[in-house]
Amino acid sequence: MIKQVDATQLKSKMNSRVRKNAIWKSIFLLSTLFGLLVLAVLIIRVVMQGASWIDIDFLTGRLSTNADRAGIMGALLGTVWVMLVVIPVTLIIGVATAIYLELYAKRGKIQSFIETNISNLAGVPSIVYGLLGLTIFVRLMDFGNVVLAGGLTLSLLVLPILIVSAQEALRAVPAQLSEASYGMGATKWQTIRRIILPAALPSILTGSILSLSRAIGETAPLTVLGIPALLIPFPGGLFDTFTALPMQIYYWTLDASLVAEYANLAAATIIVLLVLLFVLNSVAIFIRNKFQHRY
Amino acid sequence: MSKNSEAKKEAVNVSEMIAQNKKKKNISNLFEKLIPTILFLLASITILTTLGILYTLLSQAIEFFKRVPIWEFFTGTVLKPLSQNPEFGLLPLINGTIISTIIAMFVAGPIGLMSAIYLSEYASDRVRRILKPLLEILAGIPTIVYGFFAFTFVTPIIRAIWPEVEATNILSPGLVMGVMIIPMIASLSEDAMTSVPNAMREGSLAMGATKLETTLKVVIPAAFSGIIASFVLGISRAIGETMIVTIASGSSKNFTFDITQSMQTMTAYIVEVAGGEAPAGSTIYYSLYAVALTLFVFTLTMNLLARYISRKFREEY
Amino acid sequence: MSTLANNKMKVQVKSKQDEETEAATVESGKIVYDTKDLNLWYSETHALKDINLEINEKEVTAIIGPSGCGKSTYIKTLNRMVELVPGVRTTGTIAYKGKNILDRSFKVEDLRTQVGMVFQKPNPFPKSIYENITYGPKIHGIRNKKILDEIVENSLRGAYIWDEVKDRLNENAYGLSGGQQQRLCIARALAVQPDVILMDEPTSALDPKSTLKIEELVQDLKKEYSLIIVTHNMQQAARISDKTAFFLNGEVVEYDKTNTIFTNPSDSRTEDYISGRFG
Repeated sequence: MIKQVDATQLKSKMNSRVRKNAIWKSIFLLSTLFGLLVLAVLIIRVVMQGASWIDIDFLTGRLSTNADRAGIMGALLGTVWVMLVVIPVTLIIGVATAIYLELYAKRGKIQSFIETNISNLAGVPSIVYGLLGLTIFVRLMDFGNVVLAGGLTLSLLVLPILIVSAQEALRAVPAQLSEASYGMGATKWQTIRRIILPAALPSILTGSILSLSRAIGETAPLTVLGIPALLIPFPGGLFDTFTALPMQIYYWTLDASLVAEYANLAAATIIVLLVLLFVLNSVAIFIRNKFQHRY
Repeated sequence: MSKNSEAKKEAVNVSEMIAQNKKKKNISNLFEKLIPTILFLLASITILTTLGILYTLLSQAIEFFKRVPIWEFFTGTVLKPLSQNPEFGLLPLINGTIISTIIAMFVAGPIGLMSAIYLSEYASDRVRRILKPLLEILAGIPTIVYGFFAFTFVTPIIRAIWPEVEATNILSPGLVMGVMIIPMIASLSEDAMTSVPNAMREGSLAMGATKLETTLKVVIPAAFSGIIASFVLGISRAIGETMIVTIASGSSKNFTFDITQSMQTMTAYIVEVAGGEAPAGSTIYYSLYAVALTLFVFTLTMNLLARYISRKFREEY
Repeated sequence: MSTLANNKMKVQVKSKQDEETEAATVESGKIVYDTKDLNLWYSETHALKDINLEINEKEVTAIIGPSGCGKSTYIKTLNRMVELVPGVRTTGTIAYKGKNILDRSFKVEDLRTQVGMVFQKPNPFPKSIYENITYGPKIHGIRNKKILDEIVENSLRGAYIWDEVKDRLNENAYGLSGGQQQRLCIARALAVQPDVILMDEPTSALDPKSTLKIEELVQDLKKEYSLIIVTHNMQQAARISDKTAFFLNGEVVEYDKTNTIFTNPSDSRTEDYISGRFG
């Protein structure tokens, strides 16, 4: 028999191969940590720059060109008002669409057409939604750049996210439960309303909160809608003009070259926005863990 | 053993009550029949959204092309919308978009892929459970925050090292955009790699191959289409990204390849013109829609391409 | 092929004879389900072939056969649950109390109100024990709290589980053991006072003790209800049923008094199956 493999040569080669593997393993790990490192630097930087500017006057104060007196109450209220539009609109349309696609639509052309369309919508840049909102809600329906126009635009933007997560939530409800309900003589809608929806609700809410936090952080569509920079009156209804936290950050960042303190105000507002998002996401995770059924 | 029959006798006659209720249930019957229609109408809002986008972009862009010839728009290298004799050449914007995307992918591609390799092939379950949610946080940071970070932190650092870089430049937002896209590429590539069956890895490892060799020669080739699809989606994301470049790259419409300079992307142009309250009906107002239409076609093509790649070349295990 | 046809004829003849003798001795024996020439396809698969079966009221009818023989499909056709599978087609008739349930005009909700079902795996709703029982009555429009309370107690008593759960009616049903969950599911089916209870391998997921309890319960229930039980456990069929149908490859090979099937089967395939030679 001819020896095809030289054992000693193999051994020395093996050592270098193992070393190479170890080196690359650390490179891969460092790559993973790189993103997290940037995240840490970003947060530390923003906190160092902005934390000292946050106090009760900043949170409850009105906007001002004087950096020491400027507050973000208007932007906070604007963001809350937009949330009040986005939550019901996306929940109703999103859950209805998910129910239709998962439980009513026949497997076939219409269903796959709608699903393909939704996944394409998810990839449309947010700024294009801004132009849609500008053309349809602000101009055509003549709402102007008010809470309702902003809220509806952001609703359409995050709707695909909510629909897909609601579909997953409905799909995760075990078929045995709906079988039990049908077996009792329940109609389809009774089964959906009393069994499937309650069982899927925690996951649907989690998805809803995550899509909401996406809407809150969006800036580009609002810039296109013409959401104003300096707005002194607070919004009090759907048809009031408003500004929102990300818009406030945007304008203060742009004007930081004029007034240096504006950069600090922007950082402070970023902290408020990130805290808001953090709270929302914690609630979502809490709901997911607390109400997760073990079927 | 007669407790059961007794129970039924004593009981209220449920089946009779049900039979009686059935007779007066006509209203709920009607409701039951309407439900699918109502749901379908709500579901079709997503289709109306697409039609709305197409109608908005096309109808206004056509107005624009009545005033500026299509050919001039797509081949023009000069963009001077506000000058006395305005010129509407798209190439500076396309150039800015492509260059910022290339810079972003230089960061996001390798780092995202290497993160995916670590998470899928090397990390223990415990480590993965910690690292993945942290990476998701990175994806959840609003882009305006990245824009602020690029403009007020990254740019000054770059300028300290490389003084020729301008205060607004395409390099800094490109790099930050890359960081923003890392989690997307990492998680999509990781999905592709974890779906490679273990039997294939074991086959390679059992022959004495190291993990690195197994990853490079078995796992990555098997997951290749998924990895490429994640890159294409990353590119699409970079093309559509708005706030980072708007804030940190300024609004210079120069047609240049010098990354130390300010360049404008398609998205940033839309923000500038829309925010500048261009009078409705003016050519510059319509140019907004022509640029947005181009942007829309770019990203849609990328998304369809990504889906095509991951479907067409899906490995059958 | 000819032996097959012969066998089928024999079966039919036999069951008819049986009916006559039974009618003579027992005063019950009224037919609740009369299946005639039933064929069923899942898309291209021919799952049930020319089924002819007459099922008596207030008896326990067992359906046995190896897995994939169509026994579960058949029982799910009896309350049309089989329609939840897309692409199902049927021909023939199933008369329930004289009316063809496969007819489109037969309202499936009405059928399922009169025909309760217990499934292979206990499937209580993720709700309280009380709400599990009241689910059926509520969807059929019974809202009176006093009546609902009474229904809950009667149903739970009827399913031999009242004493175990009466102090924790508001606790989640998922806290119960597997056997208790299955009896809860039986109680849930009893709550709308059906005429028939279909059981699809009701004890296959349970331990021997819980199984015994449910078998005992079934014996008691047949005083008031007609029961049809699919089981892969032949001892169980022998213990609890009055009549037994043996299914093989989507056909009824033999249908007779349980005693006869297990002691003196007329078809060699039945004998083979019962003596454990296959399946």
